[in-house]
Amino acid sequence: MAATEVSPARAGTRGRPDAPRTRPPRTFEQANRRLKWAMLTPALLFVGLMIVFPLAFTLNLSLTDAFGAVNADKRHIGLQNFLDALGDTRRFWPAARRTVVFTVGAVVLETVLGLALAMLMRKPFRGMRLVRTVLIIPLLATPVAIGVLWLLILDPTNGIANHLLAGVGLPRQEFLGSVSQSLPVLMLIDVWQWTPMMTLLLLAGLTTLPEEPEEAALVDGANAWQRFRHVILPMLAPTLATALVLRAVDALKTFDILYATKGAGGGSDFEVETLNVYAYGLTFDYQEYGLAAAVLVLFTLFIIGVVVLLRRRGGRKNG
Amino acid sequence: MSTSSRLLSRRSFNRLAAGTAATVAGGAVSACSPQGGRPSADSPLRIMAINHVWSQAVKRRTKEFEERIGRRVSMTLLTADQLSSSYNVKLNASGTDVDVMMVRPLQEQLLFAHNDWLADLTDRVGDDREFAWADFQEAPREASVTAGKVLSVPVVTERPTLYYRKDLVDGPPRTLDALLSTALELTDEDKGFYGFVGRGQRSGAVSQWSSFLYSHGGDFLVDGESGIGSRQALAAYQYYGDLLGRAGPPGSTNMSLEQAMPIFAQGKAAFYIDADAIYSNFLDPKVATRGVREAVGFAPFPAGPAGAKPHNIPSWSLGINRFSLLRDEAWEFIRWAAGPALSAALQSDGIPGARSSVWADSRTLASFPADLAESMRVNAERGLGYDRPRVLQVGRARDIVGRPLVAAILGESVRPVARDADAEFADFLVRDNRHKES
Repeated sequence: MAATEVSPARAGTRGRPDAPRTRPPRTFEQANRRLKWAMLTPALLFVGLMIVFPLAFTLNLSLTDAFGAVNADKRHIGLQNFLDALGDTRRFWPAARRTVVFTVGAVVLETVLGLALAMLMRKPFRGMRLVRTVLIIPLLATPVAIGVLWLLILDPTNGIANHLLAGVGLPRQEFLGSVSQSLPVLMLIDVWQWTPMMTLLLLAGLTTLPEEPEEAALVDGANAWQRFRHVILPMLAPTLATALVLRAVDALKTFDILYATKGAGGGSDFEVETLNVYAYGLTFDYQEYGLAAAVLVLFTLFIIGVVVLLRRRGGRKNG
Repeated sequence: MSTSSRLLSRRSFNRLAAGTAATVAGGAVSACSPQGGRPSADSPLRIMAINHVWSQAVKRRTKEFEERIGRRVSMTLLTADQLSSSYNVKLNASGTDVDVMMVRPLQEQLLFAHNDWLADLTDRVGDDREFAWADFQEAPREASVTAGKVLSVPVVTERPTLYYRKDLVDGPPRTLDALLSTALELTDEDKGFYGFVGRGQRSGAVSQWSSFLYSHGGDFLVDGESGIGSRQALAAYQYYGDLLGRAGPPGSTNMSLEQAMPIFAQGKAAFYIDADAIYSNFLDPKVATRGVREAVGFAPFPAGPAGAKPHNIPSWSLGINRFSLLRDEAWEFIRWAAGPALSAALQSDGIPGARSSVWADSRTLASFPADLAESMRVNAERGLGYDRPRVLQVGRARDIVGRPLVAAILGESVRPVARDADAEFADFLVRDNRHKES
């Protein structure tokens, strides 16, 4: 480390104009540090431009009364937009509640079904490749295409679902046309689309687990449920936690399928209006950019909170 | 000393960092700032339009216009929501990549004028005798003017028409009462047949409901105050709720044009009230069943307690982006597309326009079914020039006005919801006026 320190004699000559120019000491650590920054610069610029700047811009916008056009004159109004959003019991809080209900309902179902399917597909069987291929089909389709597909299937008057229900003597349903059925139906569509992803993630986790603990439990007389509950599940916990975080964040941000099936405002009674849909409406339908930015800041903080919570719980279990 | 340190001294590192930062910053600034100068001759005139029969017909004829101005034309057709969102994104960035904008004068013009996004066309329409600005129908012409400036030129107009099945009724109902009673009689839910179908979405239904509101003697605004809590408005809410809730198909509150129209086209409803501009769907073998194609009839909007008062509106107009670098060419396009010759040609092809001289020419109506032409004429005579609240934030206003409508369709008590919506609308109007003044 001594080589990196500047000697008093050399330090004393620095400020004098008549002092001979001396090259600063070069060490591997200094050079390495510069090279490291040079290598990091593109990534830092990218992060700065693509993440930090939009976040800072949104945060600044949330403190203004921006309306109509973003680049129009606007006043800074402090935290008024945040107070307005948090005091809005007509749209904001119901939207927040729907966001939580949709996410929890869909992710819990996807996790349970995904885990069950992964357990079933854990051991090789005939036609396994075909089953895995079929499983990922919903993942490949775009959300808007899926929305249109389900709109056609579930159309109360012309859709095939009601023809099938009528065929077996069950009453016709309104599905996405109903204020009360829309959110549960959309959760089920989400489950249909994303359960395969949970299955694939958990299947990948299951295949890496050692077989010895389960065999030992089998020798000790543990039944299938006990082996699953006390042996497999604890070993799978890290994978499960990661899959949960990924899926929960994605479900919280769901927008396209809601918009494609129910349009602006999340339906006639705002029945599927989540925070994302609400913020979109404030931006593009109402042009209330300041309030929309405040809602988005609150929403981002909420998502960060959920991620931290899930990771802490996951980490504690892993520990 | 390592090789890497020789390659990257502190000075050269600083130069590299400064150079990169300057390049990025320069790029960002140039990307964000409006560009001056004139585009090259290769740059196309960019037109953004709604995917509508009018735009499709104009797009097929653009070669003729390209030859006239010696510049390529690029025409993008989008849905109304996509179009609106595109304008929001492009014009918020003072974008020059759109020249001619197809806008909904009753939905967007006030806001776009407030944002200063539309070029002033007052002098252009006034100075151009050949263009004959006075030839446009009065209601659409008035809707094109904001704060004394002409900001758009109407190209498509529409009125609500009563579509009905001639094989099911002797003649069209002349009154709203007759419409309701006949629709209820014809409804047979067990067979999946409904007396009436129409728009029921909170926001989407407001424009069609406006004719019911006017025909009950109500209006969105009365002396500048909210009119949706009035006795007349309550009656109109209740009527439309009864009609669609009791005689309509299930899931009506999720229906806009895209969902309601196919139900009538597939022969599952006896009556349908919507824009006359969509009539060709019911004559199209790809959309409508044979039974519907042969039996569809067209009638004027039925009379309510206050008479028959449908809307007659300019649904789409053409404006020029204020940031456009090709404003002269953009005006040339509007002169051509909304000019007397093309308007007459398009109306002769069954696309109703906004020019009085074209409507007065019986040859342009020959392509419409006779009863539809008569319905359009009568509705145009009786019509009011708006179908939604004339405010800055039309989207929010429609969301508020549509709430009691949804409650009525769902069979809930209308009065408390209307009272609540009335109070919300009153607050909204105060805020909207404040925005207008800002």
